[in-house]
Amino acid sequence: MRLSYPAEVKIIQVPCTGRVDILHLLNSIEDGADGVYVAGCLEGECHYRDGNLKARRKVNYVKKTLEELGIEPERVQMYNLSSAQGARFAEIANEMVGIIRELGPTPVKSNTAA
Amino acid sequence: MIVADRKSLDEILAMVENNKKILIAGCKGCVTVCNVGGLKEVEILASSMKIARKKAGNDIEIDIEVLERQCDREYVEGIADVVDDYEAVISLACGVGPQFLSERYKDQIFYPGVNTTFFGGATEHGVWEERCAGCGTCGIHLFGGLCPIARCAKSLLHGPCGGSSNGVCEVNKDTECIWDTIVRKKMEAGQLEDLCSVKGLKDWQTARDGGPRRSIREELIQGNI
Repeated sequence: MRLSYPAEVKIIQVPCTGRVDILHLLNSIEDGADGVYVAGCLEGECHYRDGNLKARRKVNYVKKTLEELGIEPERVQMYNLSSAQGARFAEIANEMVGIIRELGPTPVKSNTAA
Repeated sequence: MIVADRKSLDEILAMVENNKKILIAGCKGCVTVCNVGGLKEVEILASSMKIARKKAGNDIEIDIEVLERQCDREYVEGIADVVDDYEAVISLACGVGPQFLSERYKDQIFYPGVNTTFFGGATEHGVWEERCAGCGTCGIHLFGGLCPIARCAKSLLHGPCGGSSNGVCEVNKDTECIWDTIVRKKMEAGQLEDLCSVKGLKDWQTARDGGPRRSIREELIQGNI
């Protein structure tokens, strides 16, 4: 199964989505990412019990913060899938890229020269 | 502990809208425990503000410091070397923090990033409730260990008012009538008679009514302890 997913997606591996922090998501947006999504295990199937549920709550927190800042909350998403669902992984990557394409580039742009 | 709520991002952003370089100062005391002004919250606020300002095309440089406590002069000293590097400072400590900072660093401006609300504790994760009004004359033991000064909307000392209904205060349907709880507790303990004693007039001079308060411990001043 050689499935392809959009090259725009950069993967950052963590041992469990429970490790994902609010700051990881916020800092990505701050540094100019057009969107960030967290791909966790299926709900109820977390190896560490509830890491994926905690990740969802953090994603929701960041969505609320973005909304407060007038930025589309859809730029941050939580997905759940098992490690055996390769096809679903590619599908989610395409879906997320589709959402971001529709929203357009991030409005968070530095005005100082790098 | 002292409990506080963070001000809205809009309010905080408006405070520093004309500034390009600021410091956010957190506190490792009460506001860390009530998850409003510790390291994590300082970092989240800094990142959120930077996102907002980048979006507005008006970048801001934000550094962070988290002091051991902002209510002790020796810890306030911790930012002495850097405080002048900034156009403004946002303090995420309780209302004591920005004042201690303002008193020490007279040329700097310190904005409060939180609204300090009450003395209380966490009744469940994410929920804090008021337990003490700091009235200066504690008589909790007279009321079954429950404080009617802080927890009765009218601070009554001799039983519930007519607004008590099914254990709920008329002021807010989510507020228990503490007098209902006190009476039930004393009844269950067979000590209802304790509540019949007439309490003398409460001396409110020890509360805020006597003006700003001061606590002087001579033995500490003299260095005996």
